[in-house]
Amino acid sequence: MTHPTTLYEKIWNAHVIDRRDDGTCLIYIDRHLVHEVTSPQAFEGLRLAGRPVRRPDLTLAVPDHNLPTTARVDAAGHRLPIADKESAQQLAALEANAPSFGIKYFGATAAEQGIVHVVGPEQGFTLPGTTLVCGDSHTAAHGALGALAFGIGTSEVEHVLATQTLLLKQSKSMEIRVDGTLGFGVTPKDVVLAIIGKTGAAGGTGYVLEYRGDTFRNMSIEGRLTVANMAIEGGARSGLFAPDEKTFEYLKGRPMAPQGADWDAAVAYWRTLHTDEGAHFDRTVTLAASDIAPTVTWGTSPEDVVAITGVVPDPESFEDASKRVAAAKSLDYMGLRAGQRMQDIAIQHIFIGSCTNSRIEDLRAAASVVRGRHIAGSIKQALVVPGSGLVKRQAESEGLDRIFIEAGFEWREPGCSACLGMNPDKVPAGEHCASTSNRNFMGRQGPGSRTHLVSPLMAAAAAVEGRLADVRDMMTEEKAGVA
Amino acid sequence: MDAVHHIEGRAYPLGLKNVDTDMIIAAEWLKTISRTGLGKGAFAALRTAPDNVFDDPTYAGSPIVIAGDNFGCGSSREHAAWAMLDMGITAVIAPSFSDIFSGNAFKNGILTVILPQDAIDRLIEVAKTDAIHIDLDSQTVTTPFQDRFTFEIDAFRKHCLTNGLDEIGLTLGQSDKIGVFEQSDGAARPWLVPAHA
Ligand code: SF4
Repeated sequence: MTHPTTLYEKIWNAHVIDRRDDGTCLIYIDRHLVHEVTSPQAFEGLRLAGRPVRRPDLTLAVPDHNLPTTARVDAAGHRLPIADKESAQQLAALEANAPSFGIKYFGATAAEQGIVHVVGPEQGFTLPGTTLVCGDSHTAAHGALGALAFGIGTSEVEHVLATQTLLLKQSKSMEIRVDGTLGFGVTPKDVVLAIIGKTGAAGGTGYVLEYRGDTFRNMSIEGRLTVANMAIEGGARSGLFAPDEKTFEYLKGRPMAPQGADWDAAVAYWRTLHTDEGAHFDRTVTLAASDIAPTVTWGTSPEDVVAITGVVPDPESFEDASKRVAAAKSLDYMGLRAGQRMQDIAIQHIFIGSCTNSRIEDLRAAASVVRGRHIAGSIKQALVVPGSGLVKRQAESEGLDRIFIEAGFEWREPGCSACLGMNPDKVPAGEHCASTSNRNFMGRQGPGSRTHLVSPLMAAAAAVEGRLADVRDMMTEEKAGVA
Repeated sequence: MDAVHHIEGRAYPLGLKNVDTDMIIAAEWLKTISRTGLGKGAFAALRTAPDNVFDDPTYAGSPIVIAGDNFGCGSSREHAAWAMLDMGITAVIAPSFSDIFSGNAFKNGILTVILPQDAIDRLIEVAKTDAIHIDLDSQTVTTPFQDRFTFEIDAFRKHCLTNGLDEIGLTLGQSDKIGVFEQSDGAARPWLVPAHA
């Protein structure tokens, strides 16, 4: 009898081309997503060496990080120029590189354009059981569909383009187990924040995660994408969900997904992709769904989480000496004091977007809170940035854009936006932002910006109240159902 | 990548210790889209000195730099190697190098030669008037004046450099295996190629 294996081992074993004595393996890469920031030097390297892209058909390019989220064409349909010279240059490079290497490209004005990690699943480019890479650390998101997905650097981008492989060593495996029903107003974002609060921002280093338990089984694919997206914030390069009927239903009929007989063959294979009974995990972390409340961050690491009903912790309360120092520094940066109620923290900026929370369910959830309400007078800017052109179109067909605009939000074009301070969408120094993105590092949303990571429901609540607020106080039970 | 057997020519007699990556290429150059063109920004911090070797026409276009201890310390930026390559530098001779820099140099086909300080002192003297010859095959540095210094180099790196193999080149050496995998996997999972709409 063969010994029981984990989902991770199954996918890994199916992709080993060669194994060296020191354990380094040459791994085949099934899917490669390319964006404008980490690819220019990789393409250039290929050009200098006279090398082609080995499998352009397994590669998909889309710009996202640098693109401004304001209108991209004028009234006459002409492309508007990009003011920042360096951004414009990086975007122009991708626009030229993709066709010249034969790679499919969704340009800035294409309906399919969006954040790489939203576009991949949406197009059915991301498939269960595949290895998928991208020069971006949040590539882990694609693990929601059962793909072994992880971020890589520019030299590795070039390596994958040229060889469709990577040299890697196998990681350890960690089971993240959550069972039970999520409470009213508690969303997948709160689950992943709670997980990182428990494991710590480095707890997953060296591991590939697998999310198990009925809380995850009952979660929508979009919710799973939110959870897997943040695997890296807990230190893990990848996080996996075993593909199930929900996965197949989500993928069926997507433009790049298998069709006809291929689809049936694919589903038959995908059904074999699960961790065997009795398979070994190197570590298990368990949470109860009923213990998770709407969660917010108070500091500058994604592990700095607390329930919305809680208070800013006292740095002295941490056992670890280096954590005490880090927490004190965080509070100083964030302009907060120990013991302050989280719900008393005033918010000036709202960002609903990023590859963590910019899909249609996220927008519906946020809209359900702001419908018929208005953002607080103290809010200086409230952005809603759909994750892709297709999400935007869907939301508009449901009238969500009107709800947001009437409530005082700005409705933008798809892109990474205020998730990182690389394009014009930034949070000014010293101001607090309730953000549905994934990183609250110092300066992440612009120099001096103060980020509080929250769910779309909680971002909407903060917008209405002008402070971090408990969305449960604003919602009826029926409304919470959309989360 | 081009195979390296020998490098011959004038050398920048820099001699400086602890040349860090910020001196080689400043952070403001990291937003570029190219690994070429960085030569314009190379050694900018050192070029502010009026009599620096990089702006001395005697050494223009030299393929070699001779430096002091701990060359390339600082950040991990691969841009440092790219910038030097863009200036036409393909070898650095120094008593020691930072690990990350020598890895990045190797990845980009730049030879790092480690020689003791007295050899460095002698080579700097020679470099002011004459060319220097580095022979990777015999692992020697020679001058027109009978000087002959031998150096050590990791066998794997030597193999890669003398055969013009970078990491990608090495993996491409396994193209057959990759092809076989693609064949059998393609048969087992024909649905894997995206249906490009
Ligand atoms: S939305 Fe943010 S985290 Fe996601 S790919 Fe863009 S910059 Fe990275």
